[in-house]
Amino acid sequence: MSIIKCSTCGHQNKEGTTICEKCGKPLDYDQQGTLLNMRYDGSAIRSKTKNRSIVDKIWNFFSSIKVGVSLIAIALIASALGTIYPQKMYIPQNIDPALHYRDQYGLSGQIFYQLGFHNLYNSWWYMVLIALIGISIFIVSIDRGVPLYKALKNQAIKRHPNFLKRQKLFGEYKDYNEEDKTDFINKLKKHRYKITENDGHFLAEKGRFSRWGPYVNHLGLIIFLLGTLFRFIPFMYVDDFVWVREGETAVIPSTNQQYYIKNEEFIFETYGNDDEDAIFEAALQNTSGPVPKHFETSAIIYEDVSKDVIGSEPELKEINSGEIIVNEALKINDLALYQDSYQLNEFQTMSFKLHEADDEEEAAIAEFTVDLTDPESEYEFDNGYRVELNRFYPEYELDNGQPRSISNYPRNPGFVFFVHGPDIEEREASFLAIGQNIPSGDNQYKLSLTDFGVRDVSGLTVRKDLTLPIIGLGAFIFMIGVIQGMYWQHRRVWIHQGEDRIYIACHTNKNWYGLTKELEKVIDGTSFTMVQDQEKNNDT
Amino acid sequence: MDLLSLSSGLLYTAFVIYLIAFVFFAATIKDKQQEKQFTLMNKIAISTTILGFIAQVGYFITRWMASGHAPVSNMFEFVTFFGMMLVLAFTILYFIYRIELLGLFALPVALLIIGYASMYPKEVSPLVPSLKSHWLYIHVTTVALGEAILAVSFVAGIIYLIHQINQSKTTVKTTWLEIIMYAICATLGFVIITTIFSSMDYNATFSYAVDEEEMTLEYQLPAWFGPENGELVTDDKMDAVFTTPGWMHGAEAPRKLNTLVWSLTAGLLLYLILRISLRKRIAAAIQPLLKKANPELLDEACYRAVAIGFPVFTLGGLIFAAIWAQEAWNRYWGWDPKEVWALITFFFYAIFLHLRLSRGWHGEKSAWLAAIGFAIIMFNLIVVNLVLAGLHSYA
Ligand code: HEM
Repeated sequence: MSIIKCSTCGHQNKEGTTICEKCGKPLDYDQQGTLLNMRYDGSAIRSKTKNRSIVDKIWNFFSSIKVGVSLIAIALIASALGTIYPQKMYIPQNIDPALHYRDQYGLSGQIFYQLGFHNLYNSWWYMVLIALIGISIFIVSIDRGVPLYKALKNQAIKRHPNFLKRQKLFGEYKDYNEEDKTDFINKLKKHRYKITENDGHFLAEKGRFSRWGPYVNHLGLIIFLLGTLFRFIPFMYVDDFVWVREGETAVIPSTNQQYYIKNEEFIFETYGNDDEDAIFEAALQNTSGPVPKHFETSAIIYEDVSKDVIGSEPELKEINSGEIIVNEALKINDLALYQDSYQLNEFQTMSFKLHEADDEEEAAIAEFTVDLTDPESEYEFDNGYRVELNRFYPEYELDNGQPRSISNYPRNPGFVFFVHGPDIEEREASFLAIGQNIPSGDNQYKLSLTDFGVRDVSGLTVRKDLTLPIIGLGAFIFMIGVIQGMYWQHRRVWIHQGEDRIYIACHTNKNWYGLTKELEKVIDGTSFTMVQDQEKNNDT
Repeated sequence: MDLLSLSSGLLYTAFVIYLIAFVFFAATIKDKQQEKQFTLMNKIAISTTILGFIAQVGYFITRWMASGHAPVSNMFEFVTFFGMMLVLAFTILYFIYRIELLGLFALPVALLIIGYASMYPKEVSPLVPSLKSHWLYIHVTTVALGEAILAVSFVAGIIYLIHQINQSKTTVKTTWLEIIMYAICATLGFVIITTIFSSMDYNATFSYAVDEEEMTLEYQLPAWFGPENGELVTDDKMDAVFTTPGWMHGAEAPRKLNTLVWSLTAGLLLYLILRISLRKRIAAAIQPLLKKANPELLDEACYRAVAIGFPVFTLGGLIFAAIWAQEAWNRYWGWDPKEVWALITFFFYAIFLHLRLSRGWHGEKSAWLAAIGFAIIMFNLIVVNLVLAGLHSYA
């Protein structure tokens, strides 16, 4: 690597250095007459000096701000494109997405789907984009952070006069006495500047820690992004779902059959039934249906303690109980159960009676109840009659005249019964559903619905997310970093003792207005005149 | 008097006081061009602004007491709160930089925003279970504050642009400035038109059929765009002239399109009246009023607003939002349009900061970026709520 030797002090600076590390003399000879570029205090930045090997080239690519900003800009545009139509997870789940986007949004919807924008944020290229931003943040932080740290840590107090002359705020004073100088320095102290001295030259500095702000916040972002990757490690993340009916005990999925949950009761309230809801009356009139006010599952959690005996009946021991409410999950170790959805008044049982088809009174010959969660295939009666449940459609729908079930949940049950009896030759079939009773041909006997029982079903999300502490930590560090970098500034005042005069120069990494205000206060009352803003002078 | 009417009275009072404060700020234009001097008129103007802010805080508290939850849960309440935070953010930046011109632009923007908010249904709405969380207040209020501080950077930026851009001939830049002026006119147009017709209790109902089911749609503005196969059922009202194109989805699309077209037309009318009576571009007409503007100071205020607002926005719009989403929906991030647009805002201001810091995007470039940033915030506030979010709200 070539070396730049300072012509004043002879210090050997690394290639790419623009301000001599030792005496502070500007080394950017081609830039003379302009203000000094103070970024990274003129230290050598790796990406600006090495460009030989392939590693250098990759390094330089990622540490270019132009590249970094472009990557963020591409992510921005891509993110925006994904909001044109709803993402896959927000469309009805029982329809083929290809059809949904075509039918709902026409040609543009089809293009949206074909380009894969319906699942944009989980697409490989979007993830790669975010990963590239992460890599860029990592490399750029090392590229600039390390030299900046070294430069500020080892900064010389005495700087070459040319260094001071090329600062934005600069003053040169011939007639002064020592008292004024001490005065000035004391006032800087009062403004909480840290003063260091070398041979009558002074450096007043404050807020240096704010310079680490960007690096702290970038570190936070990297931790955050790594945290999101941990989700792909199986034991770190569980996302499951369970429906539990009132009174039912269900195994909690993703727990290896270790935990069970019992739904004691599902409570559902809507607005408008309470005196205190009177205030919402006007708003409620404008809504089409009842507005849910509160819902919760009163649950008991059990652990199966029948240790390792394969095939044995589970032996349940209560370990926790409580309400699962929307903003309050119920926890079992790392696992949390969240109130997600509900299904009100799902059918639980249906009762039927058998009677003669032409009996006006419909006197029952036999009566039976079908448990919809566990229907029996046959119902036998003492008087010789027998009802066979031939088909059961939990949520029945007619599809081209053929009945079929669109789910396994008994939301709209349909039945095909065969009735057998001593006076029935072969069997009599009939189809029953809510509001429907269709005999096949001339049946002698008829089945009628007499009663039904309902219960609520609670939908619970089962979630474990061990990445949360990492992500939270990343976010926290990020916030510390931005606040550190944005709400404080790094201000420096150099006082250089020349032979017959002193030079004062000031620098801040941002908020020049604030620095100027502060200097006005500091200089006011000393015999010095206010330092000049050389940028302004150049303009006019 | 019940709390709720007291509350709306206070909001109305705040609106009027802001209007008065704006007039006072306008009066400071005539002050001698002395930078950093704090004239009497300045003091009166900023004090009036603070008085208005106190009145609006009164509105906020009384409405909270009346409804039992923080009034940030529907469009009217949130947008009003945003207007209030804009006044707060302006006041903060005013005390840092003492730029009266900021008041001259920030107050009208706040007034427009509050006016816009009051076009939405003002009833106190009940909270659905997922909104019942302290994180709702914490999240929404911090987002509004963060966005408001960022909006002040737009205010500073637009003053900078009007002051700096050469108006002697038509250029791309002057055209874009006029587009911004027109957007302001269109918002004003929306408020005026809606106020006129609602004071007349205008209501026209259309009935139309969807899958053989009879639906109705009510219009509060005369309908230019009716629903497909719609039929006017109210007597003596204007029938629709056009049919809403089929690719616009959602039951309310025809009404939204109608409102949009009305606003744009009214805005155009307003703009043309101004333009013709001024005989020059609006920005060109404002320019001479800004003689005492100090472009460097404006540029710094524009940047400073972003520097202060960015952390606040990130905290409220991304971090608090994520914590709440984790509690309510068990996922801290769900790629919902509203969330995505908050991320876009975050990305955008990150770009703003990097370009400024490393590539020297100061002054004019920075000011244009601030204007784009404000457009993104407004997009998230209005379009995402009314159009994109509406698509997947199954209601
Ligand atoms: C969304 C992602 C990012 C965020 C939120 C972010 C945030 C920030 C913030 C807040 C600052 C301080 C700015 C200021 O003080 O005005 C900063 C500085 C910086 N960022 Fe980023 N950044 C991101 C991505 C990147 C990327 C991809 C690069 C790489 C090319 C990068 C390179 C830098 C550099 C070089 C600095 C200046 C450091 C210094 O001057 O000491 N950042 N970043």
